[in-house]
Amino acid sequence: MSPTEVTAEHNPLRDSRDLRLPHIAGPCSLVIFGVTGDLARKKLMPAVYDLSNRGLLPPGFALTGFARRDWDDQDFTQVVHDAVKQYARTPFREEAWQQLAEGIRFVQGSFDDEAAFEELARTVHELDEQRGTRGNHAFYLSVPPSAFPTVCRQLARSGLSKPQHATDETQPWRRVVIEKPFGHDLASARELNDVVSEVFDQPSVFRIDHYLGKETVLNLLALRFANQMYEPIWNNHYVDHVQITMAEDIGIGGRAGYYDGIGAARDVIQNHLLQLLALTAMEEPASFAADDLVAEKIKVLSACRLPEDLAAHTARGQYAAGSQAGEQVKGYLDEDGTAPDSTTETYAAIRVDIDNRRWAGVPFYLRAGKRLGRRVTEIAVVFKSAPHLPFDSSETSDLGNNAIVIRVQPDEGVTIRFGAKVPGTAMEVRDVTMDFGYGHAFTQSSPEAYERLILSVLLGEPPLFPRHEEVELSWRILDPITAHWAAEGQPEPYRAGTWGPGSADEMLARDGRVWRRP
Amino acid sequence: MIIDLPATTTTAVAKKLIKLRQEGGAVTLGRVLTLVIVTDTSSTTEAIDAANVASREHPCRIIVLATGSTEKGIDAEIRIGGDAGASEVIILTAPAEALVHADTLVMPLLLPDAPIVAWWPREAPANPGADVIGAMAHRRITDSYRSADPRASIRRLAEAYRPGDTDLAWTRTTIWRGLLASTLDQPPFEPVLRATVAGQDDHSSLDLLAAWLGEELDCEVDVVRTPGAQAVTSVTLTRASGDITLARPSGKVAILSQPQQPDHRIALPVRQLHECIAEELRRLDEDEMYGEVLTQGLRRVAS
Repeated sequence: MSPTEVTAEHNPLRDSRDLRLPHIAGPCSLVIFGVTGDLARKKLMPAVYDLSNRGLLPPGFALTGFARRDWDDQDFTQVVHDAVKQYARTPFREEAWQQLAEGIRFVQGSFDDEAAFEELARTVHELDEQRGTRGNHAFYLSVPPSAFPTVCRQLARSGLSKPQHATDETQPWRRVVIEKPFGHDLASARELNDVVSEVFDQPSVFRIDHYLGKETVLNLLALRFANQMYEPIWNNHYVDHVQITMAEDIGIGGRAGYYDGIGAARDVIQNHLLQLLALTAMEEPASFAADDLVAEKIKVLSACRLPEDLAAHTARGQYAAGSQAGEQVKGYLDEDGTAPDSTTETYAAIRVDIDNRRWAGVPFYLRAGKRLGRRVTEIAVVFKSAPHLPFDSSETSDLGNNAIVIRVQPDEGVTIRFGAKVPGTAMEVRDVTMDFGYGHAFTQSSPEAYERLILSVLLGEPPLFPRHEEVELSWRILDPITAHWAAEGQPEPYRAGTWGPGSADEMLARDGRVWRRP
Repeated sequence: MIIDLPATTTTAVAKKLIKLRQEGGAVTLGRVLTLVIVTDTSSTTEAIDAANVASREHPCRIIVLATGSTEKGIDAEIRIGGDAGASEVIILTAPAEALVHADTLVMPLLLPDAPIVAWWPREAPANPGADVIGAMAHRRITDSYRSADPRASIRRLAEAYRPGDTDLAWTRTTIWRGLLASTLDQPPFEPVLRATVAGQDDHSSLDLLAAWLGEELDCEVDVVRTPGAQAVTSVTLTRASGDITLARPSGKVAILSQPQQPDHRIALPVRQLHECIAEELRRLDEDEMYGEVLTQGLRRVAS
């Protein structure tokens, strides 16, 4: 008997038919910069624990925190422990926690402190010895973009950005994870990219848009490309227009420092909404491999065209004081930290046309705002009216356009709106909805977006991360609009808790359409 | 809510379900499968509990077919809402002779167009695929470990294997298999010369784990059986550079030792029944890997 060969490419214990086998990340560690931030505490640390608890992290996984606080390993472990207990999705199990806790380290220092990065390099090297992380390390930059250049340069200087001891048999990796915003316009996005790509090569840079890790966004691809019944009508023969909405009910909270001067368009439309547009409108990719998927997204983003009259086809607003769902709330200009004459928009709506055979003549309306009626993100594909109705007009007066609505959050699911006969002797047709709730049909405990994304980084699977080309293209679409707005002065105020300023309704009325109330 | 329907028919039960749905709103919406649990009255509670927990992940209609003596005909019980997790449970208690036509008995209660999964929590029929319920199910879940003679059961199941069969003893090995597979992803890349699986003497997961290793690695496998041990206690893969050992002496925490690498402690509790059922319901197509391990790999393991 001669045993089966084992090579780097062929592991006999992995069989493509063996669908149960969990895909566990190889030996590696994660270094988080900015561990004292909200994102790290509420999302990243709990996601790491959840992954560990589900057995998807390698046995010797290590988590290193880097921050200015005067902590030692124990203090930081306690911080992670508290964050996990409070925010983790999966139940807290002492054994699972112990396993993770053994690999937790902390390095104290500021980003300009060379000695601290030396210390970090030493810590990471020690982890290779003590935890068997074998030189594979990911750096999560949960820090403001202004700190990216410094951190990247320090990582390069201390030798952390490039693995040593690569041999024929092993090629350890270093990866860097960055969060939005990827700049505030095309020029700054390029600058940022230059800084990062100086230190890390493109395939090692993972840009996180957490929307792309959401179950429903991935389901959009399943809905479109795994089914026969939607794709035939997914074009300008049948679709009248598409509305993509991301509404938040909260104000800017304590984020004035970041938000003031940025506004809703740069904060949300540039990344989340244009990504959703790309996934809704793109052609079928050759496969779901990163390169094929990105190729289709880039094609559709390059075909995007803005209206010539930006004043008529965009709208912006700023929330004013009001009562939202029974609670008194401040106006944007009264929030702590905003300039009293700030022209930053908290509501933005734009029209984008896509110049290709499938979508010519079908406008895509994108809107995003804060302090709106309720928190909801959805994609509504609104269909044309039937070309002929064999009913009296009085019988169909309640009938609207058919629509397919993909709810991204909350209450993920899909709704189809269509006409049905009202019970009774008269032939009366009215809109009804058919609803698919993700949580009703599948696991209620579907993984958090960050769990999926962190695991993808550690496994080195890039399909869920936007590339730099996509970032550039989105800025190309948005830059003329923000430039136009900059010359317009104060945005139109809207009462908190409503669906935005009157100009947004007028914008759609000009095209003979109305916003859906989500 | 629990509703008792003594001396009834399943047509009446189906009508009652529709009525409940109209009165109470969202019952039976979005169910993805029908799970038929075939058992006797002694082990229904445990099976329903596990299925209810699993139903949080896979909302389903659960039909329990319990053999038991009733005064006359068939007794039914409907559980919905808080008493049924994210599922709805219909318990049918009938005398053995009424279960000869078990397929037509449950027919009115099956969800239209949704897959049917049959589960025998303890003793399974000798040939599950030929059983009346088994024949109409897309998936047949047996549990050789919980039967009276696990090692004889798993070999009987191997004789009768049909695509769509799975056994929970196989499900119990998944995490072990995942960890073992990932050790071979790393250098040095050397063939495994010999594998040793140790654990509880009558546990059929040992046989399946050994069968899998033997089949995939094409090497000698030894099984060391210790009475009183807790499930699988260790697996050793012997290579030229040394042994990879994954050992779980306590039933909670495992130690992974590899040559020239630090030892790793891994939280690896013995899997609960509901976790196994949830995993089983995740995929409803046949498990080809299990089929191969059961029908071919198991021959390598001394019975």
